[in-house]
Amino acid sequence: MTTSTTHTTVGRYIGQSVKRREDPRLLTGHGRYVDDVQTPGTLHVAFVRSNYARGEITDLDITEALRVPGVEAIYTGADLNPLCQQFWATMTGPPIELGGETPYPPGSVLAQDDVRYVGDPIAVVIASSRYIAEDAADLVVVDIEPRTPVLGLHEAVASTELVHRELKSNVSAAMPMPTVPQVEALFANAPHVITRTFRGARATNVPMEPRGLIVHYDRYRSEMNIRAATQSVHEIKSFAARLTGLPESHIRAVADDVGGGFGQKMMVLREEAAVIAAGFKLGTAPVKWIEDRRENLMASNQARSEAGELSFAVDDDGHILAVKADFIEEVGAYPPSAGATAALAIGVFPGPYKIPVLIPGCTAVYTNTVGKSAYRGPWALETIFREQMMDHVATEIGMDPIEFRRVNLIGPDDLPYTTATQMVYENITPTETLDQVVEMIDVAAFRDEQARARQDGRLLGLGIAGYVEPSAIAFGVLSSDPAVLSMDVSGKVQVRLGTGSHGHSIETTIAQVIATHLGCDIDDVVVIQGDTATSPVGPGTGGSRTAVVAGGAAQTASIELRDKLVRIAAQLLEANPDDLEVEGGVVSVKGTPQAAISFAQLAMTAHMAPDKLPAGMGPGLEVAARYRPPTAFTWSNATHGCIVEVDPETGIVDIKRYVVSEDCGQMINPMVVEGQIAGGVAQGIGGVLFENMVYDANGNPLATTFLDYLLPSAPEMPDFEYGHVESMSNTLGGYKGMGEGGAIASPPALANAINDALAQRGVAALTEFPFGPSQIIDAINAAG
Amino acid sequence: MSSDTIHNVTVSMTVNGRGHTVSCQPRKLLSDALREDLHLTGTHVGCEHGACGACTVLVDGAAVRSCLLFAAQMNGADITTVEGMANPDGSLNTVQQAMQDCHGLQCGFCTPGIVVTLTAFLRDHPDPTDHEIRVAISGNLCRCTGYHGIVNAARQAARGEPASSVEAQSSESQSSESQKLESQS
Ligand code: FES
Ligand code: FES
Repeated sequence: MTTSTTHTTVGRYIGQSVKRREDPRLLTGHGRYVDDVQTPGTLHVAFVRSNYARGEITDLDITEALRVPGVEAIYTGADLNPLCQQFWATMTGPPIELGGETPYPPGSVLAQDDVRYVGDPIAVVIASSRYIAEDAADLVVVDIEPRTPVLGLHEAVASTELVHRELKSNVSAAMPMPTVPQVEALFANAPHVITRTFRGARATNVPMEPRGLIVHYDRYRSEMNIRAATQSVHEIKSFAARLTGLPESHIRAVADDVGGGFGQKMMVLREEAAVIAAGFKLGTAPVKWIEDRRENLMASNQARSEAGELSFAVDDDGHILAVKADFIEEVGAYPPSAGATAALAIGVFPGPYKIPVLIPGCTAVYTNTVGKSAYRGPWALETIFREQMMDHVATEIGMDPIEFRRVNLIGPDDLPYTTATQMVYENITPTETLDQVVEMIDVAAFRDEQARARQDGRLLGLGIAGYVEPSAIAFGVLSSDPAVLSMDVSGKVQVRLGTGSHGHSIETTIAQVIATHLGCDIDDVVVIQGDTATSPVGPGTGGSRTAVVAGGAAQTASIELRDKLVRIAAQLLEANPDDLEVEGGVVSVKGTPQAAISFAQLAMTAHMAPDKLPAGMGPGLEVAARYRPPTAFTWSNATHGCIVEVDPETGIVDIKRYVVSEDCGQMINPMVVEGQIAGGVAQGIGGVLFENMVYDANGNPLATTFLDYLLPSAPEMPDFEYGHVESMSNTLGGYKGMGEGGAIASPPALANAINDALAQRGVAALTEFPFGPSQIIDAINAAG
Repeated sequence: MSSDTIHNVTVSMTVNGRGHTVSCQPRKLLSDALREDLHLTGTHVGCEHGACGACTVLVDGAAVRSCLLFAAQMNGADITTVEGMANPDGSLNTVQQAMQDCHGLQCGFCTPGIVVTLTAFLRDHPDPTDHEIRVAISGNLCRCTGYHGIVNAARQAARGEPASSVEAQSSESQSSESQKLESQS
């Protein structure tokens, strides 16, 4: 990084709501999603899947299916599993048996002797069209002798049946809660001890574009081309290499437009691995699999099937003295890795509060359900449970929930603050965001309105939730992001990033960063990503990292390239570099604008007239930069406030206002920030009110269409209101990530609002999601 | 029934102002025929069961779900897909422009269905209420935006309201407040 330069740019783009450059193609039907690529000769995949949650495969007969005209091949586990070598993700590192630390389920791409969840893929049918592949899949004969499935969080721990017969236990990861005598004494003597158990509703990511990929292995070139709906082209490329044993350098992975991911497309899941293996075995034509919605809802991944028992010891003034937090979560049968996400959640559990003592525990269990994978804010259970608990505790000790939060919040005078879990906050603003929400809502006026409404039998409620988001996750392969910036002969630049395009507006925001720091017009910057042949190795887009980490890399590269341009200009203008300024693609002498030289002239010099360059300077204009943030997390924070009305007759919740005050540091593009908040909040609302991926007692998923798995639609959503606080982070641009926070704080804010409304009738607070109409009516009836 | 016993049907239809003749199996969905036979891949398939609206096209002027129709039913039909929505000079139409101005899309996968639905809705309801707007797009699922930008886009397209970007909202409307903490920077 060149921090010593004193020449300046006029920052015209960072902080502006620049309109998105992605939009024209997407608005006119000219995006390029994986299914839009139609190469002649492509073959199409349909899966044969298990209809049972657990059982032995007693017969598998593909004879009749193979006779269907147009069927090219049918592969079973016996064909593909032996070809597959390693099954681990770069993001989570090698498995324990290869010297890593991460637990993984037993490796296979297809069920072979037994099935382990409904949807478990048993065979890959490859045919000239998807229609024919599905016809043939229906003709594959599969007999399964059903066995009692392992289901339920605590039941899976206790069960003598095993999800994976290769393992000794259904517990995939555990950190038992320690017993610390001093803490036990603290709890025994505390004026108040409140204990609650909270439960999430099983959810799934539901990107509107399901998963999909095209794999073309050409065995004569020893070359594999993958085109996928993925958040990380480098992850799928590396995974394919480890799976097949091909050298990574022989594999290219591309993702153009991707229709959302929210974590689902970060890791390589079971079907994607199977299609890679099938394409590898076929070795000739491209094979394409586009997931349909039923497959997506049944067999992609689950999340949020989690429970937490929290105990708070509190003094009479409302100070939290100590907390015990014990989490249990379900990882299903084949999660892309089987560690406990609660292990990360525990680290961030204190959130915006001074919690002097935290005693954590966590357990993750395999069950005969679809595997768990990342869903926007994978560690969200800590905030979702903690923020509901804050209201339960406040009610129990007779304090206003906002006041109880204020008593415990980390204020400006407490910074830097080290939490009980050894996380260090340098610049966070939880008191400021809470103040802003209280002011925007006008809480005092609302309480009056609520009281008046109660007289009329109407149930209004207010809920608040705060959180601190561990953004810009930077450990392991996530530690850094690259940017390769090159200026062509005409003076325009391209930047190549390791990120991907699935809704994050990176083509716009990173161009804003570069145009600002390089000092050029934004139209002269092109952002290229999502192709391992051109993109430097990077972890992809996820973990609320891109603005901070890729933004930092782009900024570093821009400043370095600008520095070189200025030094060339200084030579040509016979000026001191420190006397120059850069604006609009022109370098000029400060105060003497006629002494100026354009990027185009400088670029011609750098590329075509190396002898005119300053002594010792090499020709060309490329900079390869990589940015690693100074800390493993860059903390952003927010407060959410929500006002609801609950209809006591129908149990329907009407969200009347939804207010978010967010501090994500220096905003690159406020429009994009607010869009991320809105989308995240809507997902969080869905997880409280509507979304519930239910399994029956036999392990059958009951919500496999959009008529059963209910997504929020426009009439249920409010207009969101945004407040911003901008405190700079210690990262290069002062940015803080914020992509996941909307989904993390909204569930408890809404839950608290609903419980506040129900409390107007004396109804006991609910603790288990979903809070749907039937649950609410049951609670009202139970209260009499 | 095995696929080799299914005979193709021939369908003539007008798509985005041009005549096309497609030969396909009678079971082929209109969405698949548009995407695979006519290579109009702007029409997206998000569920194939009529619930998400991503596949919405205009058939004889009415917004319909192309995943719920067979191509074979379309003989003589006049179809407009998202590729046919822009102004004749290729510039974005009023709805498309409002969608960009108001950040009505992120990943863009639901977007073709939204553009088609809103264009037809505003043609028939030039002065809708907020509630009518939300109901009009209630059959279009979007997982990215929380619908806020889409609703704002419909408001702008219908009323020509100045909310031409969130930038304007951020600085002017009371619903967004900003506070910069210089002391911590
Ligand atoms: S694809 Fe037609 S409605 Fe979803
Ligand atoms: S913009 Fe991604 S689904 Fe609507």
